[in-house]
Amino acid sequence: MKVRRIYAVCLRHFFLLRDSPQRFGILFVHPILDVVLWGFITRYLDAVAHSGFTFVPILLGAIVLWDFLVRVQQGVMLAFLEDVWSRNFLNYFGSPLTITEYIAGLVVMSILTSTSGFLLMAILAGTLFGYRIFTLGILLMPFLAILFTFGLSIGIFIAGFVFRFGPAAEWLAWPIAFFLSPFAGVFYPISILPTPFQIVAKLIPASYVFEGMRNVLSTRQTSISLLLIGTTLACLYLILAYLFFVRTYRVALKSGLITRFSAEQV
Amino acid sequence: MDGEPILQIADLIKEYQRLRAVDHVSFTVKAGEIAGLLGPNGAGKTTIISMILGVLEPTSGTIIISGKDIAQSRAAVMSKTNFAAVYAQAPGNLTVWQNLYIFGLLYGVADLKNKIQSSLEEFSLVPFSNVRAGVLSSGEQTRLHRAKALLNKPKLLLLDEPTASLDPSTAHNIREKIQLYGRSTSAAILWTSHNMYEVEAVCDRVLFLSHGKILLEGDPRRLPAEHGKRNLEELFIAIAREPLSLELDGD
Repeated sequence: MKVRRIYAVCLRHFFLLRDSPQRFGILFVHPILDVVLWGFITRYLDAVAHSGFTFVPILLGAIVLWDFLVRVQQGVMLAFLEDVWSRNFLNYFGSPLTITEYIAGLVVMSILTSTSGFLLMAILAGTLFGYRIFTLGILLMPFLAILFTFGLSIGIFIAGFVFRFGPAAEWLAWPIAFFLSPFAGVFYPISILPTPFQIVAKLIPASYVFEGMRNVLSTRQTSISLLLIGTTLACLYLILAYLFFVRTYRVALKSGLITRFSAEQV
Repeated sequence: MDGEPILQIADLIKEYQRLRAVDHVSFTVKAGEIAGLLGPNGAGKTTIISMILGVLEPTSGTIIISGKDIAQSRAAVMSKTNFAAVYAQAPGNLTVWQNLYIFGLLYGVADLKNKIQSSLEEFSLVPFSNVRAGVLSSGEQTRLHRAKALLNKPKLLLLDEPTASLDPSTAHNIREKIQLYGRSTSAAILWTSHNMYEVEAVCDRVLFLSHGKILLEGDPRRLPAEHGKRNLEELFIAIAREPLSLELDGD
């Protein structure tokens, strides 16, 4: 594995982001809108509830973390889709670039874009609404690690899915996070879900993060075993997503899909 | 041509379910040689080039480049190989310079920035250095693809219809540059084209493919007469229309 080739994959996307205000803007528009929208919603809820319960850390904290996961997933997926849209696979895979280096390049790019978005959201939430995400303390690190790993696994899986089924499979790429959010317990405890939904929730690593976050905010502690389950699941999904992508690549090598990527195959 | 073999293909087969696209193809391209791979559409030329590039897995057979089997040492082999094809466009949303820089990194080109500058000058791309590749004219894009293909000084250069859609003057210019590159570096060049005039002018040897098989092989300047045809174009048409007669002829 050559760092220089991973750097090339990253640099290609950096050039796109730097030279295109539309692409650069989209990195930050969603996070800004989410913080502003949910910031005002939480303020309103605080004002009307008169319960002494403050919604800001629960809802705004949740949206900052959830948005981080979405940014990670989209960071991988968007970088991959840029290569789909510009039909770049033949250039890439006809060069010395290996599939592992290519995925590594997408992951590094995702780290850069998602971290930028997260820091912006954290700063805005603190400045505009007085919410300090870093009050979660050291537990913020495992929370972010689980979300990051899970976000990567979704992003790589979606990239593999589009790779396998062609550009028309993009329809799954955009709403997948929304499909998962009801089960992840982003805004409510898992215990309020119906039993079948709770079973699904237990398979989603992000649900352990949001349960953990609510525990920390209410009791200042959380269950280490739950975090370990979340971490294990996220790592397992990442390995499976990587294997799926590599397997898809091997199938594409046999079928000739790389040379005719715009031709959809089922 | 008595150079060392750069590309050695042995008993190559590619099957797609019930279709055999490449059928027991074997040939060698030596250092300093320009070999033409000719045949009608669907004959298997691009399939062979894709397998040499490692973007298509052969059903069986071996591809050896500079003594290394591509199945075992793909990344090492590809750093000394390059290609240009009409269907492999450089990303249109990057500038000419950015494209060359990214590909230079991928191919491990030393002293990259200076190398890019000399490529821009050689292919008259200096005025377009900061222009996005997608807005270049087809001739300018072709020059960019040639510049990319020669950036890593490949020992094996694969060119799939390198002058397609170019005006005669630009095509002549490109042909001269590639010939000069082959002579000055002793690179092996595999060239596909439907322009028989071009093939006769450029190639040291041609291989005629039909239905995935090599039917004829030889000097493009002598082959037509050997098969009772006036020129290479007539021979090409005969192979495209009646490959069986030439197969029997060859036997």
